[in-house]
Amino acid sequence: MVTKQLNSKSLQKTPPIYPVKTKVQLTTILIVVLGFYLFSMFWTQQKMVGGFGNAFSNVLVVVEKFFPPNMSVITAVWDPMAQTIQMAIIATTFAAILTVPLALLSAQNITSIKPLYITTRTVLNILRTIPDLVLAVIFVGLFGVGLFPGIVALIIFSLGILAKLISETIESVDMDPLEAMRASGGSVIQVIFYGLVPQVLPQFTSFVLYVFEINIRASVVLGLVGAGGIGLVLDQQLKFYNYPNVMAIIILIFVVVLIIEYISNKLREALI
Amino acid sequence: MESISLPPKQPKSAFKKIKGILIFLAVIAIYIWTFIGIDIDWARAVERAISNFGVIIPRLFSPDWSATGEVTLKIIETVFIAFAGSFMASILAIPLGFLAAKNMSRSKFLSNIGKWILSAIRAFPDIILAILFVVAVGPNAFAGVLAIAIGSTGMLGKLYSEVVESIDMRVVEAMEANGANKIQMLFYGVIPQIIPEFLSYAIYRFEIDVRASSILGIVGAGGIGTMIIFAANNRNWSEMGLILLAIIIVVTIIDFISARIRRKIV
Repeated sequence: MVTKQLNSKSLQKTPPIYPVKTKVQLTTILIVVLGFYLFSMFWTQQKMVGGFGNAFSNVLVVVEKFFPPNMSVITAVWDPMAQTIQMAIIATTFAAILTVPLALLSAQNITSIKPLYITTRTVLNILRTIPDLVLAVIFVGLFGVGLFPGIVALIIFSLGILAKLISETIESVDMDPLEAMRASGGSVIQVIFYGLVPQVLPQFTSFVLYVFEINIRASVVLGLVGAGGIGLVLDQQLKFYNYPNVMAIIILIFVVVLIIEYISNKLREALI
Repeated sequence: MESISLPPKQPKSAFKKIKGILIFLAVIAIYIWTFIGIDIDWARAVERAISNFGVIIPRLFSPDWSATGEVTLKIIETVFIAFAGSFMASILAIPLGFLAAKNMSRSKFLSNIGKWILSAIRAFPDIILAILFVVAVGPNAFAGVLAIAIGSTGMLGKLYSEVVESIDMRVVEAMEANGANKIQMLFYGVIPQIIPEFLSYAIYRFEIDVRASSILGIVGAGGIGTMIIFAANNRNWSEMGLILLAIIIVVTIIDFISARIRRKIV
């Protein structure tokens, strides 16, 4: 849009900056994007009672339902909240351990066997496309309701992200010291420990903290599908239409996520 | 043979040492709290896993093709939710991104307010926003659109503000020195520099939103998530297999297209 404005003004004095073909292209893209947007808006609203206008007049009614939040439930939900954080901690720890072999396998400069590297990459890519809650639904079916399926879902989900980030770090390391070690007779284990680990460790810790943040945010909602933690309480209160309690839980989640993110951010800044 | 002596290590300051020890102790304390606090019914989990494994896993890998029509319709709806949501977010995030950028206003206070708003939005998981909007506008796809729009604004606003902070301010200063007014500086100095990256981030966020909108149906906000929760409740694992396959295919295709477009833009 801006380029068009630019053009229409400069047309009067100077020749246009962009050729006509580009302009036609840009306009077509703009129209297609806008059309797709309008169509999406139409599609998503077609099953709505009363349409757009009615929905927005409802918003105020809803605010009345949610407020004031019943903050007295916070003492009662403290335990599930703690469990949620513990879930994220355990999942992040196991993912951080399991990711080491996976990241090494999917790093092009470490794994010399090409089929092995391609297979690991593909599996990780497919893993990353599945949302965390979908994994949780499947594991709840597999292990029953509780914390355990939540932890497994978080481990699998964060493995996908972590292994990709770390394998990319490994691929960008300085290979010279590693080759020097190999040339002077270092074994594979020695090369990895003394050549690779010192170069990757700060990034590794930072990424693990980043994934921990993601896991905290994911773990608070896992309970919605029966995978334990605060989400379970949230789901119950929602089903009872007890909106002041729901709002109190949402505020608690909000505060906890903010605090943990703040701490983790400070730690990451100190690391790099 | 003489032993090789390594060069002496740099002495660490006492403060750094104490800080390191404190962090170490804190981590240990957190782990003790975690492993004492967590209670998992291992016996039940293992028992359930053994009896379910042979039933669920093979069915997941033999999708129920008879549901293809419904799944296709719902996955298209998911993409629509994601698109409408990220389109709204990519526009909503522009004023917030400018507000949060340090180099766009002289007062630090304003940019801090912008940063706080954005991190406050980011602290809400998408699905929590969806819960709020489902109550507000009813259980339909539009609640999902609103949840995605607000949820994405947090991240896009932050990325936008970083883009704005990284522009070449000399261009803007030169314009100011030549007597350009604020509007001119914005349109000819700032906007041409930020457009490609803004677009690239908006498309990137669309990728994330496709993933995010596929689960919103769990709380009733439309899309394929509605089918996921039905399939799980009915223990219809072969339909779940098809849904998974659909999500994997659509997400992969959109990631691929989006990556190509982004490479072209920037």
